[in-house]
Amino acid sequence: MKSIFFHLMPYRDLPSDFEQRYESVWVTPPNAELCDPARVVEYYKWNLDELELADQLGFDGLGVNEHHQNAYGFMASPNLMAAALARRTSNQSAILVLGNTLALYSPALRVAEEFAMLDCLTDGRLAAGFPVGTSMDVNRCYGITPTETRPRFYEAHDLIMKAWTQPGPFMFNGRFNKLRYVNPWPQPVQKPHPPVWLAGGGSVETWEMAVKNDYTYSFLSFFGHKFAEKVMGGFWDTVSRLGGDDNPYRAGFAQQICVAETDAQAEKDYLEHVTYFFNKCLHIPAYIFETAGYRTRRSAEFALKSGQPGDIAKMAALEKNWRTLVDNGFIIAGSPETVADRLIDACRGLRVGNLIALLQIGSMGHELTKKNLTLFAEGVMPRIKGLWAEEGWEHRWWPQGARQEVPVAPAAPVTQ
Amino acid sequence: MTPSEQIIELQAGKWKTRILSAGEGNPVVFLHGEGGLLWDPLLDGLAQRYRVIAPQHPGSGASQGVEHLEDILDLVLYYCELFDVLGLPQAALVGHSFGGMIAADIAAINPERVARLVLMAPMGVWLDDHPIPDISTITPSQLPAMLLSDPDAPVASVLPLPDPGDPEALLQASMAMASILQFTWPFPDKGLRRRLYRVKADTLLLWGRKDHLVDPAYGQAFLSAIAGARLELIDDAGHLPQIEQADQVLSLVTDFLG
Repeated sequence: MKSIFFHLMPYRDLPSDFEQRYESVWVTPPNAELCDPARVVEYYKWNLDELELADQLGFDGLGVNEHHQNAYGFMASPNLMAAALARRTSNQSAILVLGNTLALYSPALRVAEEFAMLDCLTDGRLAAGFPVGTSMDVNRCYGITPTETRPRFYEAHDLIMKAWTQPGPFMFNGRFNKLRYVNPWPQPVQKPHPPVWLAGGGSVETWEMAVKNDYTYSFLSFFGHKFAEKVMGGFWDTVSRLGGDDNPYRAGFAQQICVAETDAQAEKDYLEHVTYFFNKCLHIPAYIFETAGYRTRRSAEFALKSGQPGDIAKMAALEKNWRTLVDNGFIIAGSPETVADRLIDACRGLRVGNLIALLQIGSMGHELTKKNLTLFAEGVMPRIKGLWAEEGWEHRWWPQGARQEVPVAPAAPVTQ
Repeated sequence: MTPSEQIIELQAGKWKTRILSAGEGNPVVFLHGEGGLLWDPLLDGLAQRYRVIAPQHPGSGASQGVEHLEDILDLVLYYCELFDVLGLPQAALVGHSFGGMIAADIAAINPERVARLVLMAPMGVWLDDHPIPDISTITPSQLPAMLLSDPDAPVASVLPLPDPGDPEALLQASMAMASILQFTWPFPDKGLRRRLYRVKADTLLLWGRKDHLVDPAYGQAFLSAIAGARLELIDDAGHLPQIEQADQVLSLVTDFLG
């Protein structure tokens, strides 16, 4: 199994009464009042140091993503971060930009260009993430009409894939992108193109797109592997309906993870920061979270039928004490042994081969983050690495230029 | 009067439009606002004297095909097509709020079509000093204060709010809102002001003096942009003067339509 250290780059110093005083962590938290650029200078240094440390510790991949106008993770341009990492990751980990929010770019050719630049900068270590993006980013922060979210996303995807795989110059007469001369320099160094990773929160259309185009799909939620079972079940049903194989490397799953010397120490070290994340970084009223029309009728119907809004509301309403967080799988926490056992159960159950490990959480400071990364790399990664080795699947979606390690199955018990 | 209900198909089923209609006489077409199509006392009163035709906006309820309408021009031409199919070379046009924005654009783009024009608190113009609130973020509990001059008045009970415990009703409400946002996001300002000089119909502008959604200042903006228009401000009314002051609005509109 692949372990990817994924950094959200949150604001780590929100006021203690943030959620009482402010409407939302996303879209409207007043920037001049809450976001101190002098603190951000320090965060950027920490964030990049943490990602570079993960490379040195032997993580398979480093993950960054794009969000706007928020304190939850304000990496407006993940490509800038990936460019910084490209030159300072000598252990050759994959760089997964998960990703660029396609509907925001007009023309979306910009994404084809910047990803191709990153692919060349890293000599083929790029995974190209194409998320639809949150409704807050797309509709509220960038003003895209909600019902145009999907049409813009699909058209941008078609343009980018064509720009990467078809010799230029060619014409592209789309609804949103009208270009007489498409001929980006360079094209990516990976052939036919960098692996494409989709991410989502449970839209039927995204599952189908992943299977039809042979892309990976990662489920990004903060309500743990138990909540993810329904969504990943829907994904695997779609794979089988459309005739795909059940290669676990098709799927990824994001999980918050806290590793300490012992289970008891984990609670002491991390509770404050995890609580900060759930109470402040997810402080978003429903009327800001999703704008009508962002989801298609089909996905809105599916969400309602499968009880998604109710489930999310139930999860969000839970009191976030250590027990509920651990028992509901919002976090996987404890000693390296405990964490490895629970991750193996979770990932086997969801059938995912890409673990997107969230190891810097909320207000977690730089030193504690380094400890979490180190204990995970040394105590957990070796135990989970061989999870899918026995089934013998090839990871067809791993960047060609990244460090390749062939996972070895745990040794079979010796029988007399 | 109970209106009759029908579904009209346009272009071999590309669009299906639900229409409520009642009465006889000169045709009056009513375009509803973001709250949806309600057979209210104004329509009922108008149906005593005119043939009232009230189509439901595409993408809401049984009116389908909004995915084939990419912009305001498409929507205006869709209405022209609908009027052709209904045998209405010319009609009086009454529009409220979002429906007023569309009615004004129909009158600007196809002036021959519109005999007389009544705009009740129309959207469609933007004034930086009087921003129209983001309708997608108004919660049900905020609605009465946003829409009415007196949120505690008995008429507040007629506001159409979906039952929060009914997933199907929530889905329908969300789809209806999406179909309005498709033409008003992120601002209900799609160039109408540049086109208003083309409105040739006699025009009556109606505004509640306490409209908190589309400020009465917009009344002045429409008044100055449409030659010969008349503005009536209604006391003790907010964004729904036809609900809060139904009798007064009905008599103003019938007097104007003749």
